[in-house]
Amino acid sequence: MSNKEWPLWEVFIRAKQGLNHKHVGSLHAADVKMAIENARDVYTRRMEGVSIWVVESKNLHASEPSEQEEFFDPANDKIYRHPTFYILPEELNHM
Amino acid sequence: MEINLEEAFQKRIDEEIKIEPRDWMPEKYRKTLLRQISQHAHSEIVGMLPEGNWITRAPNLRRKVALLAKVQDEAGHGLYLYSAAETLGMTRDEMLAELHSGKAKYSSIFNYPTLTWADMGAIGWLVDGAAIMNQVPLCRASYGPYARAMVRVCKEESFHQRQGYEIMLTLCQGTPEQKAMAQDALNRWWWPSMMMFGPNDDNSPNSAQSTKWKIKRFSNDELRQKFVDVSVPQAEILGITIPDADLKWNEARGHYDFGVINWDEFNQVVAGNGPCNKQRLKARVDAWENGAWVREAAVAYAEKREKRKQNTENTNAA
Repeated sequence: MSNKEWPLWEVFIRAKQGLNHKHVGSLHAADVKMAIENARDVYTRRMEGVSIWVVESKNLHASEPSEQEEFFDPANDKIYRHPTFYILPEELNHM
Repeated sequence: MEINLEEAFQKRIDEEIKIEPRDWMPEKYRKTLLRQISQHAHSEIVGMLPEGNWITRAPNLRRKVALLAKVQDEAGHGLYLYSAAETLGMTRDEMLAELHSGKAKYSSIFNYPTLTWADMGAIGWLVDGAAIMNQVPLCRASYGPYARAMVRVCKEESFHQRQGYEIMLTLCQGTPEQKAMAQDALNRWWWPSMMMFGPNDDNSPNSAQSTKWKIKRFSNDELRQKFVDVSVPQAEILGITIPDADLKWNEARGHYDFGVINWDEFNQVVAGNGPCNKQRLKARVDAWENGAWVREAAVAYAEKREKRKQNTENTNAA
């Protein structure tokens, strides 16, 4: 009795209108309909969401953790991209 | 090179930087986590069986929906944890095969029978109570997916413990027979619950490494002591007696002293000789085997629909 394992899906939930979908975990399902229904039963038993995305895990691509430093390096020395880089008089208050 | 990687790894752990699935990790860290998380997942799944036993015999609809929801939560917890374990490179089917062959263990407590309705109360109060003691520190475990799964689990456990304690409270405020039932359940579940924290510290060889890797934050004995200290006043409110003649407040320590655990019994149950080991494992294996045709049919259906979709697309394109 050989069983083909159901594909793995990554689950993303929008907690409420106005927020973005956030990764919550994964699950196995035979097809997309089952994946969405299982995601509802596993990850939103207490109204944790108003919308669900599922993506088959094999279709997800990611940056390399081992290259993290070089990869994100370009932003590392550009402190002038932050508002606090600019010294302004205190009486200006909120800018 | 290997040494440097391990030093860098330990440094990240010491700085409380979480480890994520594709980060480099020592093989032993991966194996330790895989064993712990998969055993934890198996415990949640097998843990549904003792309580499932009472769903159809719950005394009223309110109790029944609560118990159903609780058992469904345990299934959910098992799934969060399998999903976390899979990020370490073992497939779900491999994990289940290890459970079914007896290679992987699950918490020994689920090898005890649930003889009366009061056991639903005692399990929620004590077994889930002990589980919460163990699980809250795991929300800060060094491995990201495990810690995140545990946050979800812990949010839901509080309902489990409260529903159990409420069952005990209702029985204890009922007829003398009902109160005796609650006492009997406490008598049977107290010591197995105490064993849930695992061997004494001086007899727990893997603890030091797990602590260094920040998988474990408190020792077995520390957690057990905490459990005793919170359980004693809870039993007093119920008006029933914890079955331990040596239990008494120690002013100097600021903790309750308690009796010696029967480790022979613990070892026997772990070795497979508990009252329900065979029954529990058989229920899991049967569920897996009897569900095979459903899993196969779902795959066949998905493939057929995919093929039909492609045919339609090809026709439209032509």
